[in-house]
Amino acid sequence: MISYTVGRLMSLAISLLLASLAIFLLLEVLPGDPAQFMLGLNATPEAVAKLRSALGLDAPLWTRYFDWLLGLLQGDLGTSYTYKVPISGLVIDRIGVSIPLAVFALLLSMLIAFPVGIIAATRRNSPTDVGIMAATQIGVALPNFWFAMLLVLVFAIGLRWFSAGGFPGWQDPVQALRSLVLPAVALALPQASILARVMRSALLDTLGEDYVRTARAKGLSRRQTLWRHALQNALIPVLTIVGLQFSFLLAGAIIIENVFYLPGLGRLVFQGITGRDLMVVKSVVMLLVFAVVVVTFLVDIAYAMVDPRLRRVAS
Amino acid sequence: MKTFLAAAAIVGAFAAQLSAVPALAQVRTDVNIGLPLEPPSLDPTAEAAAAVDDVLYANVFEGLTRFAADGTIVPSLAKSWDISPDGLTYTFHLHAGITFHDGSSFDADDVKFSLDRINAADSLNAQKALYASIKAVTVVDPLTVKVDLSRPDGNLLYNLAWGDAVMVAPESAANNKVNPIGTGPFFFRDRIEGSTISLEKNQAYWGAPARLDSVIFKFIGDPTAAFAAIQAGDVDAFPYFPATEAIKQFENDPRFRVVVGSTEGETILAINNAKPPLDNVKVREAIAHAINRQDIIDGAMNGFGVPIGTFLSPANPAYVDLTALSAFDPARSKALLAEAGATDLTLSLKLPPVDGYARKGGEIIAQQLAAVGIKTQITNLEWAQWISEVFTGRDYDLTIISHVEPNDIGIFARDGYYFNYANAEFKRIISELDVTADPKRRTELLQAAQRNLAENYAAGFLFELAKVGVENAKLQGLWQNQPTPATDVTAVYWEP
Repeated sequence: MISYTVGRLMSLAISLLLASLAIFLLLEVLPGDPAQFMLGLNATPEAVAKLRSALGLDAPLWTRYFDWLLGLLQGDLGTSYTYKVPISGLVIDRIGVSIPLAVFALLLSMLIAFPVGIIAATRRNSPTDVGIMAATQIGVALPNFWFAMLLVLVFAIGLRWFSAGGFPGWQDPVQALRSLVLPAVALALPQASILARVMRSALLDTLGEDYVRTARAKGLSRRQTLWRHALQNALIPVLTIVGLQFSFLLAGAIIIENVFYLPGLGRLVFQGITGRDLMVVKSVVMLLVFAVVVVTFLVDIAYAMVDPRLRRVAS
Repeated sequence: MKTFLAAAAIVGAFAAQLSAVPALAQVRTDVNIGLPLEPPSLDPTAEAAAAVDDVLYANVFEGLTRFAADGTIVPSLAKSWDISPDGLTYTFHLHAGITFHDGSSFDADDVKFSLDRINAADSLNAQKALYASIKAVTVVDPLTVKVDLSRPDGNLLYNLAWGDAVMVAPESAANNKVNPIGTGPFFFRDRIEGSTISLEKNQAYWGAPARLDSVIFKFIGDPTAAFAAIQAGDVDAFPYFPATEAIKQFENDPRFRVVVGSTEGETILAINNAKPPLDNVKVREAIAHAINRQDIIDGAMNGFGVPIGTFLSPANPAYVDLTALSAFDPARSKALLAEAGATDLTLSLKLPPVDGYARKGGEIIAQQLAAVGIKTQITNLEWAQWISEVFTGRDYDLTIISHVEPNDIGIFARDGYYFNYANAEFKRIISELDVTADPKRRTELLQAAQRNLAENYAAGFLFELAKVGVENAKLQGLWQNQPTPATDVTAVYWEP
């Protein structure tokens, strides 16, 4: 187990190093000088040159790469070219919007999808099932930004129950949560449709298994079989999808963040790219890579703990 | 967007019913202003971005002079000035009893510091070139400053009004990027990056106190989100409303007022004057006659914009209407192309990421040019790419761009500027203009400069950008025009 873990750790370190190199070099070849961009059309060439050196852009390529890497190792993400503040502070603020939004949306989608999926599976081919399948089909096809606009139209412009966007900060948790309601619903509904369909088919699969028949033969009621045996096993593929959805919700909320002008992580990267804030782009992308690689590592270790065969193959 | 707006009309009508409930008796003292672009850092002397001035100019930072709402230059921190007969010495007299927001006092030393800082060797001021005539700044006494020039500079008082020349204090200047300390009627409270900037009333203000207690700027770039934000009442005014296709709906809604004003944004089809066959004036004239300005204004700008025939704002008193020189005349255009022997032309048309004038306008211009036999290759660029390829690299034939800096006709005289317009006569006019202070002579020179550009077809002059704003009908005191990038809220108030 130890040699397996060490092996995985080595591959983790190499992946991160290669990723950092790729990100750095890709941003190097990106056209557009950040200094010229920031000083605009009227700036003198001398001022642009001064700013280039103030940003440290005139140092040789490798020096800049290793400086950046060294900073990252010490937990220093650098300073934003545009905002002139440490990126770590920006990231922490943005995570305070993005993670609650993703969690909120995910909980909502599970809350809707589980009962709906179970009802559809237990009443297979009934008019209820057909209706649910049709509705979720529409839900899957619905673009979430369009749905978001409809929500704004009805609940912000028409009824004025919620504001049309923006985020007031966590000083007032009630207002903060309230401002996340419409975006979370807009994100959750298409996800709930997918999840409900997965729930239904997974449950139908397990309901057809031998052990379910055996349980029924032993005298358990339909309901008892469902709750004690079928559902537990059906949850495995469902939870895999939930896991995938969480990372999608975290990174894929850029459009929703724009519709509701929420200061989230996706929008930070987006603004960084258009504003040539290359420091923000490379550090935040690197941070996301780090998160994904570490999660993969933890999953690998967890699998190995559960399944001894993996350990043997590795050693 | 269309379906959305149609549906919005219905919901909007419904909302109008709801808001017919009598308003609270108390008059509001706060305002939420929506802006499309967020300032990068918060120091107007270190950033070119107009978004910085849009939040801080006149509200937080003040200069010796300032732009008034009508574009004229009026005294600000300097209550008056004397100009020596040779035009080489300006003596500014400052108001007494002015303090910065951190409590430190403002006096002649701060003026010297601020002006010296612009011209310092390590200065990062984006408009440094505007202040190159300043030779020395001398403190005479705490309320008097003498500015010596190396040459007469007719633009000095005008240039000192720019956001790039606001007064800062030695104690706080370095930190203004994140915590701006000025002398204005509002002080900076806080900022949520990517979202809002809040200002609060400065109780110790030296001049006429502000009528609002707090101002929140919200940054909303998406046109649909902007529409929703003002309809839902999250934002009280958008000085530059990004969804002009929805303007009709606001015009018909008594809760809102639509304000159309002028800007300093000359929108042009820039031509690479050095690149054959565009170095031939006949080819440039042919391009000018192929363009139907009104079609572009209607098609790309929803009808907002004033046609121009040269590079000056029609709001400027010295403006000359030269649109007739480049009137829409496809037959003349074809004849000129034949004369120049430039048949079967294919030109690159590189467009910056501005949905309206550049991207939509580009499609229309491409069609208009095709109608006289000029083919175009359209490339859509991001801003940073546009700056490196077109602006710095000068690797283009045609591009569409709005130059929003006020009074910037002189850029056509710059060596190495991306127009490549190397016209000796034009350079002579501009160098004389730079050293002329007499208003009458200045007007003559400005008009000669305008004619030179129009007669030599230095660019395809299209239209002056309009400032289209949507405001809550009860909100008063925002500027109608945009003589300089600013959202001056110092005189804003709510009607009861």
